[in-house]
Amino acid sequence: MPTTSPAIRVSGLRKSYQQLAVLKGVDFEVARGSIFALLGSNGAGKTTVVRILSTLLKPDGGTASVHGFDVGSEPLRVRESISLTGQFAAVDEILTGRENLVMVGRLRRVGNARDVADELLARFGLADAGGRRVGTYSGGMRRRLDIAMSLIGDPPVIFLDEPTTGLDPEGRIEVWNEIQKLAGGGTTVLLTTQHLEEAEKLADRIAILHEGAIIVSGTLTDLRKLLPPAKVEYVERLPTLEEVFLSVIGKRA
Amino acid sequence: MATHVLGDSAVMLGRSIKHVSRSLDTIITVTIMPIAFLLLFRYVFGGAIQTGSSNYTNYLMPGVLLIAIASGISYTGFRLFNDMRSGIFERFHSMPIARSSVLWGHVLTSMVANAISVVVILLAGLGIGFRTSAGVLAWLAVAGVLAVFTLALTWLAIVAGLSASTPDGASAFSYPLIFLPFISSAFVPTETMPGPVRAFAENQPVTAIVNSIRALFDQQPVGNDIWTALAWCAGILIIAYAVAMAAYRRKIA
Repeated sequence: MPTTSPAIRVSGLRKSYQQLAVLKGVDFEVARGSIFALLGSNGAGKTTVVRILSTLLKPDGGTASVHGFDVGSEPLRVRESISLTGQFAAVDEILTGRENLVMVGRLRRVGNARDVADELLARFGLADAGGRRVGTYSGGMRRRLDIAMSLIGDPPVIFLDEPTTGLDPEGRIEVWNEIQKLAGGGTTVLLTTQHLEEAEKLADRIAILHEGAIIVSGTLTDLRKLLPPAKVEYVERLPTLEEVFLSVIGKRA
Repeated sequence: MATHVLGDSAVMLGRSIKHVSRSLDTIITVTIMPIAFLLLFRYVFGGAIQTGSSNYTNYLMPGVLLIAIASGISYTGFRLFNDMRSGIFERFHSMPIARSSVLWGHVLTSMVANAISVVVILLAGLGIGFRTSAGVLAWLAVAGVLAVFTLALTWLAIVAGLSASTPDGASAFSYPLIFLPFISSAFVPTETMPGPVRAFAENQPVTAIVNSIRALFDQQPVGNDIWTALAWCAGILIIAYAVAMAAYRRKIA
């Protein structure tokens, strides 16, 4: 397996639920160590793609491989190479934050699960909350714990399914910072989102999934070229509500 | 993989034992309610019931234990349902673990939690006059019958947890099971019942199980009852396990 091969390769992927064709031949590749955003409206099939790539769902047709392993024939190898976080992956609300991390550490057979847990709690600003039940956490804390759980065992590929859905602007920025640090450390990140701004801010490459197929894909610059060249106009730029919000509560984007 | 199954199941067991010990209503329902039945039948109804045996507490103990187990396993269905709904089931399934450990964790938790409640109820029984001359072998036989009964009902609870669409549905299946001892030899001799009721009572599993446990506690010969009891439990276990596996495969397909 040459190291230059893509971290994720999806080709002709099809999936239907009864009569409803959700994926009608999806193709894309994600380079190692990059952040790839799968953009689409609700029901576009983003989650279906992630569920197939994380071996939770079998495709009707096409092939998909993660970290060089085929999801159909080597699912265990795929699971060793990935972590799933976000919309449909949960944290245990009855356990404390630390217990959640230790549990994942034991399941992933890291030698020193307790140390790893403490280190991650500190890194994600949860050191003080580590002994509290997750049921008492805010949405942002829960999502940070969720991402922290995904990092245990250093999987080379991480799937983040709508990682910032339901978060306030501060929480979203915290999560964005963590995602950028991940990719900076060489992890491949596949991110699904319906927030265009999120894709614009984070992704090296963006693919738009629409009605079961990828209709465009490329870097942000590539995608911008699809529209007529920008006209130069002078307009007074008003601050966005988000900038106002973050400024009055004393944070910076 | 075999060592993974054991190690991973142990982690899952630790997790859901914490769920049990941290939810007060589970503990109350599983131990206090049967103890209340014990007191009610011992001190309220017992005086009017003619069983032909001198110690009514001894007479009613096996039936109360079965009621405790039947209400205990309903929480197993409920906990599994919550795992399915919250998404933590999917998180576990996307991890490099022995997937079967996710269900086995719930099954083992059910066995441990029910064993604890059986011991607590027996201790309460000793306090109000339960006496037994059973030796080590007879105690082992009682433990074995109760364990097989618990295992069989637990797999029934797994079916409910996997296939229910509401949390109520995941636990409501146990109500008839909790009621079944009342139409058996658990509290009154079946000879006092009218024809069709008696026929039902004498041919349903609880009567055979109750009679064999009662005989073991009293150092009486168990006769064929114990084989009938074990046959019922084994039959329920095999069918419930097969249906649970089919439901499980449907879920993860």
